[in-house]
Amino acid sequence: MTLDQIIADLQLKVLTKPTDFSSISPTHGYVSDMLSCVMTSAKHQSIWITLQAHNNIVAVACLLELAAVIITENAQPDAATINKANEEGITLLSCPQNSFYISGKLWEMGLRDQ
Amino acid sequence: MIPPLIIQTAESRDINLIAISDHNAIANIAAVMQAARGSSVTVLPAIELQTREEIHSLCIFDTLDQIEVFFNQILPFMPAIQNNVDFFGEQFVVDQTGDFVRREERLLISSCALSLKEAWQLVEENQGLLIPAHVNRSAFGLFPILGFIPQDIELEILEISRHITPAQALLDYPQLADYGLIQSGDAHFLDDILGWNEFLIEQPTVNEIRKALLGKSGRKYRNLSVNS
Repeated sequence: MTLDQIIADLQLKVLTKPTDFSSISPTHGYVSDMLSCVMTSAKHQSIWITLQAHNNIVAVACLLELAAVIITENAQPDAATINKANEEGITLLSCPQNSFYISGKLWEMGLRDQ
Repeated sequence: MIPPLIIQTAESRDINLIAISDHNAIANIAAVMQAARGSSVTVLPAIELQTREEIHSLCIFDTLDQIEVFFNQILPFMPAIQNNVDFFGEQFVVDQTGDFVRREERLLISSCALSLKEAWQLVEENQGLLIPAHVNRSAFGLFPILGFIPQDIELEILEISRHITPAQALLDYPQLADYGLIQSGDAHFLDDILGWNEFLIEQPTVNEIRKALLGKSGRKYRNLSVNS
C-alpha cells in the first residue's frame, strides 16, 4: 500500500509540498498524542495519526523517519511547522475525521500496528 | 482553601510571597489580594492555563489589571462547556472573607484552544512570565506530551513537580540544564503550602523573580525542597 493510495482513499489534505507519494509505502500505523510515547514506540516508516499539531511533531517524525503524519480533527499546524516539515522532507496530512475513524480506515486497507 | 486561611497559613509558615493560580480562571485572585492587605504576604496574580496540547502553564503577572487584560484575550479560546457539579465538583467564587459570591458555571478543567506558543506570546505581550508547570508529570506535563522542550518559543524557566528531586529531573531530562528551574507546592490544600522557594530580590515582581531564577543581576534563588 502506498501513500498516494492512502491519501486518495481517505481524502486527506496534503499540507506540505507534494512529493512522489507512490514511492512511499508505510509499513505500520501508530496512534498517540503523547509525543514521548511516539518517540519510544512508533516504528520507522510507519504512519502516525495524531491531533497534536505542535511544531515538535516534525522533529519526532524526522527522528523516527516516519512515512507521514496524519493530523486529525482539522487541527492546524502553524506556518512555521509546515515550513519545517518541508525542510525536513516530512509529509503532513490533515483530515476532519477523528483518529479512531482514520485508524479504522487504515486497518481496513490492510495496515497493521506491527 | 479560602482567602483568609491561605494568608494565615502563609504567614504562619513565614511565607511572604504567593501566587494565586487557579486552573483556567482568575475570579478568586482579587479576594485573596484583599485578604492579604495589612499582612506580610504579597499576592501575585497568576493562572494555570491548560493549552491546546494539554500542557499546564503557569502564567504569572504583576498586577490584577494585567491578568484581567490577558484573561479577556484568552477567554474567547475557552470551551463553552457547562460544569457538571456531580462529576467535577463545585467551582466557587468567594469574597475576601471566604463567603460565597457565585458559582463559576464554565467548566474549568478542559483545555483552551490556544497553543503553547500562542499563550506564551500573549503572556509576553502583557509583561507576564509563562512557566510550563510540572514538566515531568505524565498528566499535563510538557516532556511526556511534547517529548522535548520546543525551540520555537523562548522559554526561560520550567517547573518540576514536588515529587521529584531536581537532580533526578536533570538526569531524566538533560534538556532542563539549559533553563531556570523552580519547584512549587502547586498547593490545592492548605497543607500543600510549602514555602520551598526563596528569592533574594529587590521587590516581589515577575521580572525580579525571573532574574533570580536565572541567576542574573545579583538576584538569587534557592530551592528549599525537602527533595533537593
